[in-house]
Amino acid sequence: MKALRELGNYSTLLYQALRSSTEFKTYRKSFFHEMVKIGYDSVPIIMLTGFFTGSVMTIQSAYQLESAFIPLSTIGAIVSESILIELAAVISSLVLAGKVGARIATELGTMRVSEQIDALESMGFNSVSFLVVPRVLAGIMMFPVLYIVACVFGIGGGLLAGLFTGTVPAADFLLGARMYFQPWTVIFGFVKMFVFGFIITSISSYKGYYATGGAEGVGKSTTNATVISCMVVLLADFLLASLLL
Amino acid sequence: MIEIKNLTKSFGDLLVWEDVSFNIQDGETIAIIGKSGCGKSVLIKHINALLVPDSGSVLIDGEDIHKMDYVLKRKLRQKFGVLFQGSALFDSINTFENVAFPLRYFSNQSEEEIRNNVMEALSHVNLEDAYNKETSELSGGMRKRVGLARAIVLKPNYIMYDEPTSGLDPQTSQEINELIIDLAKSLDITSIVVTHDMHSVLKVADKVAFLDQEKLSWHGTVEEMKKSEHKALIDFITASEYQIKQRVEYN
Repeated sequence: MKALRELGNYSTLLYQALRSSTEFKTYRKSFFHEMVKIGYDSVPIIMLTGFFTGSVMTIQSAYQLESAFIPLSTIGAIVSESILIELAAVISSLVLAGKVGARIATELGTMRVSEQIDALESMGFNSVSFLVVPRVLAGIMMFPVLYIVACVFGIGGGLLAGLFTGTVPAADFLLGARMYFQPWTVIFGFVKMFVFGFIITSISSYKGYYATGGAEGVGKSTTNATVISCMVVLLADFLLASLLL
Repeated sequence: MIEIKNLTKSFGDLLVWEDVSFNIQDGETIAIIGKSGCGKSVLIKHINALLVPDSGSVLIDGEDIHKMDYVLKRKLRQKFGVLFQGSALFDSINTFENVAFPLRYFSNQSEEEIRNNVMEALSHVNLEDAYNKETSELSGGMRKRVGLARAIVLKPNYIMYDEPTSGLDPQTSQEINELIIDLAKSLDITSIVVTHDMHSVLKVADKVAFLDQEKLSWHGTVEEMKKSEHKALIDFITASEYQIKQRVEYN
């Protein structure tokens, strides 16, 4: 029953956000501000996540596929395809649920419990347009950009790990990556990140916007925002894979 | 004029109050009093439609704010200034920007005009020198005054104060009370003050509405309140030595 009510409130907030999205003047400034916070500020953590994911993939694949009958280029193909089709999007999104989602839920939750959202409404602002719309729009625009960063550093990390551990020469790695490359996997990655960006920013906005009960309530909202975002991202990943592949 | 008619509100099974009706005339200052948790703040959030009642209506100059569409409601809310209990300043921007905030979005004023209006609002609350301070650098009393400057910068017709003196020392409380009186006079503004500080009520209010036992228990002028034999009201207003003295002196 509670879950149904939450779903209803979440849908109502999304509907309000959709209706308010035409009020660009209200959220223009915070939209660009959010693009910087969600996109630019997340680049370092996405670089690191991508780099180490690719590196570990290469080392583990080389370990598991150690055989005279399997060409080394296969490792490049496995790592780059896995990064492009799945890992760059999913692992980055799980990290971003912690970084971006938690920030959004905490910010809005604190604004709610300290009556700043009431203050906005009482001044005549549409608080959904001012607070939720720019965050969700910035999320769906910047997550695909971060996907590119994750892919570049993931494949780069895999390449360098193979090179420095001496398991896969760069030429073999690149040969495999090129040989099995399909542009569709990149498009699929973009679609995923677009969806994940929407899921994380909208759920976190919802949890923060309706936070109650002071500091403890904000903490609870933030935890719920992160956990639910991660769960829904994994569910959406499964659904997208089932539908689009 | 604000007309509150048969307002009832509950949160789930918890009845806050029912059948609350009273009017607020233009230019008067009314204090809404009652014990903590009796729904005073909830009541003022119904006046500018931040909360929706279970039943009843709130007429602002004859129009029911709860029956308006969202766009009209937002326009009407600009006629209200609100000083929130915790000031509700935006902590990501400084004092000047907090006060300038509504002007930047709801007026077509130039930067020069915005600056002049912000400084005028800050001068009303004696804080011109603090215009570039971060909100984290402000004391409790200063935060209330900045909140007040932000509430009056759009030159509202009505101003609502939610516990304006709570958490402040007696001297700062006195300054805030004097500000409420000054603003009511100088801006010819209708003021609604939610408080349980009887010293503040006696100082600023023309009329009093007393919430008790989930209803509007008593309503009248301050002079009538001093003479009233309403038991719950007497118990409430004579809960401190100071107030007992005031009442004895009056009688």
